[in-house]
Amino acid sequence: MPRPKLLSVFLPALAGALFIAIWHFVRVSLSEDFRFLLPAPTEVITAFREHGDELWRATLNTTAGATLGFLAAVAVSFTLSLLLSLSPLVRVTFYPYLMLLQMTPIIVFAPILVLWVGPGLKSVTIITFLICFFPLAVNTTQGLVSTDRNLVELFRLYRATKFQEILRLRIPAALPFFFTGLRIAATLAPIGALVGDYTAGSSAGDGGGLGFQTIIYSSQAKYPALFATAAACCALGFIFVAGVLSLSWLTLHQWHDSYERADI
Amino acid sequence: MSFAVTAKSSVSASPAVEFRSVEKRYGQGPIILDAFSLSAAHGDFIALIGPSGCGKSTLLKLVAGLSPVSRGELIFSKSSATTRLANATGSSSASARDDLAYVFQEPTLLPWLTVAQNVALPLDLRAVPSAQRTALVRDALALVGLTPRADYYPRQLSGGQKMRVSIARALVLSPQILLLDEPFGALDEMTRDHLNEELLAIRERLRWTAFFVTHSVAEAVFLANRIIIMSANPGRLHREIRVDLPYPRTPATRRDPAYHRLVDEVSQLLRSIEDPATV
Repeated sequence: MPRPKLLSVFLPALAGALFIAIWHFVRVSLSEDFRFLLPAPTEVITAFREHGDELWRATLNTTAGATLGFLAAVAVSFTLSLLLSLSPLVRVTFYPYLMLLQMTPIIVFAPILVLWVGPGLKSVTIITFLICFFPLAVNTTQGLVSTDRNLVELFRLYRATKFQEILRLRIPAALPFFFTGLRIAATLAPIGALVGDYTAGSSAGDGGGLGFQTIIYSSQAKYPALFATAAACCALGFIFVAGVLSLSWLTLHQWHDSYERADI
Repeated sequence: MSFAVTAKSSVSASPAVEFRSVEKRYGQGPIILDAFSLSAAHGDFIALIGPSGCGKSTLLKLVAGLSPVSRGELIFSKSSATTRLANATGSSSASARDDLAYVFQEPTLLPWLTVAQNVALPLDLRAVPSAQRTALVRDALALVGLTPRADYYPRQLSGGQKMRVSIARALVLSPQILLLDEPFGALDEMTRDHLNEELLAIRERLRWTAFFVTHSVAEAVFLANRIIIMSANPGRLHREIRVDLPYPRTPATRRDPAYHRLVDEVSQLLRSIEDPATV
């Protein structure tokens, strides 16, 4: 169906053009003295060119922190969810502490973390991990314990082993829940890395990320560069979310109701 | 959990499943099934019908071993050996229930597997070699007429088709005992009639002993050679009606006056249970 596909490219492009037009209009309507508040689109592009190298390096550093923290959160939360799903007793015992982990304010925790592991990639990774962990663990656990009772009985009837039940029934049945958690975590991972870098980043060995650049540019009043930094953050977030959405589509679209197909 | 297994030789005349004063209660709860005795011969098609709460679904779970018997005995026999499950045995009894399949009220398919993969599930769980698996799945799908839908996912099927897949999955291991818990209850009448006819056609080829729970008197009379009418609170065997209509039964059977007499008789018996004042 070519028509909706064309529309789905054309309409967002139109909205984008409209947005830039409004931006430009607002800027020219400002008096000369206040124009520094809103740099022109061209100024942001110039800032990209001027600070290209350091922005690129900062983006790579933030990407590294976000990716490592995200992957660690996926691995650890999945293992923990499997353990939590085994018994209600285990869940009751550990759930309050899982909540506590989520309540921990990163801003307060960051200096402690710097004290423990030092500033830079390690701290950024751990902060990203902490931010991504909770939605992943909660959703995956929920998925693992929400298996259709009739399906469980079916497996018991055919005398499936506990291992078969987990691998062939509980985990696939939990996938839609897992992906819900993964989507939330994907939006949080770049933000986590940014906040981590802002609060516990380090410029040592060119290790500064976008958060660190934010501090530098704002202290130097380089507003167009700040806009460029924000754009880089957006791009990073977009890549994360698009990646997870694609993975989710590849895994679920054939069988899950959330992906209605028109050709049925 | 202990259970005694006794093996006899040459017992082809012994019942396929025998309930001896079976009682069922969950924990210290009320008695769900009280002193239930019934002997099902090989090849019997037994319909269980009665008001809700009469324990007919529980009865299937006991036979399936999904839930243990509280008191009494449940005895299975194959053509060569009898396995006795003494009272209060667990659901882990070994060989007696190997040849048993269950069709639930809902299709109970795994949505992430294709039709063929769903049908193959019992074979996968028992590690049947893949060459044999392919042939068995093909045969089971052919039986229910779903060969062209082998690679579809459940959500691409209609309700009736999903139920057919569920039946194919139950038949793939060639069970000796088939348990059906209101399998067609959620379907429209046309589809239900059609699937009833198909089920009997399959039965002509594979001779299982069937226990079929239903709320539909017409369905019970059409399918079964024995109808067990149950009463509730606690669940008891109220009456047994023999259906002597000859097999194979076809849509023409539904126009037979004898069929209508039986439907009337069973309906009246059911009404007398539900409203004791009219007895």
